[in-house]
Amino acid sequence: MSTQTLETRTRTTGIQMMTQPSKSRLVRALARHLVTIVIICFLLYPVAWLVAASFRPDNQVLSTLGLFGRFTLDNYRHGLNPAPSLHFSRFFLNSAVVALLAVIGNVFACTLTAYAFARLDFPFKRVLFAVLMATILLPYHVTLVPQYILFDKLSWLNTYIPLVLPKFLGADAFFIFLNIQFIRALPRELDDSARVDGCNHWQIFRRIIVPLSLPAMGTTAMFTFIASWNDFLGPLLYLSKTQLYTVPLGLNMFIDATGRSSYGSLFAMAVLSLVPLVAFFLAAQRMLTQGITTTGLK
Amino acid sequence: MTTYEETVAGQDASGATPTREKSRRKRKWRSALTAYAFLTPWLLGLVVITLGPMLFSLYLAFTRYDLLSPPKWVGLANFRRMFGADPRFWQSVRVTLTFVLVSVPLVLIVSLLLALFLNRGIRLLGIYRTLFYVPSLIGSSVAIAILWKQVFGTFGIVNRALEVVGLHHGSWVGNPGTALYSIIGLNLWAFGSTMIIFLAGLRQVPANLYEAASVDGAHVFQRFWHITLPQLTPLIFFNVLLDTVHAFQAFTGAYVVSGGSGGPSDSLLFYTLYLYQKGFVEFQMGYAAAMAWLLLAALAVFTAIAFSTARFWVHYGDEA
Repeated sequence: MSTQTLETRTRTTGIQMMTQPSKSRLVRALARHLVTIVIICFLLYPVAWLVAASFRPDNQVLSTLGLFGRFTLDNYRHGLNPAPSLHFSRFFLNSAVVALLAVIGNVFACTLTAYAFARLDFPFKRVLFAVLMATILLPYHVTLVPQYILFDKLSWLNTYIPLVLPKFLGADAFFIFLNIQFIRALPRELDDSARVDGCNHWQIFRRIIVPLSLPAMGTTAMFTFIASWNDFLGPLLYLSKTQLYTVPLGLNMFIDATGRSSYGSLFAMAVLSLVPLVAFFLAAQRMLTQGITTTGLK
Repeated sequence: MTTYEETVAGQDASGATPTREKSRRKRKWRSALTAYAFLTPWLLGLVVITLGPMLFSLYLAFTRYDLLSPPKWVGLANFRRMFGADPRFWQSVRVTLTFVLVSVPLVLIVSLLLALFLNRGIRLLGIYRTLFYVPSLIGSSVAIAILWKQVFGTFGIVNRALEVVGLHHGSWVGNPGTALYSIIGLNLWAFGSTMIIFLAGLRQVPANLYEAASVDGAHVFQRFWHITLPQLTPLIFFNVLLDTVHAFQAFTGAYVVSGGSGGPSDSLLFYTLYLYQKGFVEFQMGYAAAMAWLLLAALAVFTAIAFSTARFWVHYGDEA
């Protein structure tokens, strides 16, 4: 926007205005759009190809660079029901359960913790805040081995507890930080007047902070959903029973189990696995892009 | 927690009027208790999920442990083996460092250039931004890793496109010389999230700086070098830090494309993939813990360097 104002300024004040008719400006704008669209097409072409290939008959899946050809739903039929006792929708259900619990857990733990850091005074606040910030950059792998041992000793392997419990305990420090920043920006006068009206901290939290932090909580929820849906390492470690598999594990099993001949069903399931992500994204894209721009989230 | 508040409130109402000092201390005490009630889940997690495991993993790093018999103290043996007697460890370090050093700058440069291009008062920016973000949204999924394996395979679309212009190349993911570049490509493909941060930063640059510069006769490149770039340094710093920390921990793409093996001649043996193999395939938990601590040390050194050099090159608006 800033550069635009600048350009308009130079054009209207400078001599350029006489020599550069608005026609060339239009051409430049069109060129700009054209370049952008070409780059986007190039970027999204592999995805479009994946979708197209998933609808092609099995013997033609890999045969063409183009996006069009004979259309069939066979890949989806075979992919969803690869074996008599196995239905791919099971993996979707599992993934949905895990992602939903992860979202609830993360939103719950992050807002509670953030409220304390943003609004309350307590001993060791500075130390604990420093610890919180340090854990943001802590690589996941340092705690991976002992966590695995712990969950193994508790006989929690092949349950969803290892995937979900850390979320309820605020293990994702980044989102706590995001919520702290958001709550800090809310006017304190609201809390004060609520306190005058006789609210305790829990009531202030429930009736004032939570409704006002819905954007931050929404951002947390969306990114937790995406991360949980895409998570591969966690389920790979903790789940070995096929019935418990999440979608990424199901897809990975497909690669191992099937030869080249069934690329079609593999692609079909890959496409289906992306549908919830894209659907959520389209529904909440404004919130997401704002979340990224304000916090630098990935 | 609510019950606690209610009890205290009840006491207040029924008890004799305390002195002012006493009530002040009581209030402070109560608010500390309330705060810790709010913090309980996180503190529990900090102890049980983070700090406890960290200490235990530090201990494990000096042991041999296969989950079946109790850990056996071996002193520095894991580290000696890592540095002296494990060529695959060095290979994993090489692969990861190459990935970080090629991939992170590439992502930063591409996303900065595109952000500059898109920032020029373009219409439909919202839609474009959305479309550029799609790869970041799905880039870390197994589905896309599967696609990538195909795209860069012998019969993949990259090769087919190359054939159209008359070039022949075997499988990219099957060739030790090029496999890593397919994963670098995958990471670069998802540059959208970094670009969106830069775009937001570009919108914050005060217009009057450019106006002053153009009065002084600065041309496009000078304006970029003396105004845009310094104004963006906080975000560049932020992106370098986050992208690097993430790149060090890349896993899914390498695992799926190489089928968990680390690829041809270990060319996709990322550090985290090797750690996974040691810990969770071969059950050498002590060795894996030692590797994890080395990763932590490397990232700590990197973060420390980044922060200590920041004051020389990161400019904040209010200082200028």
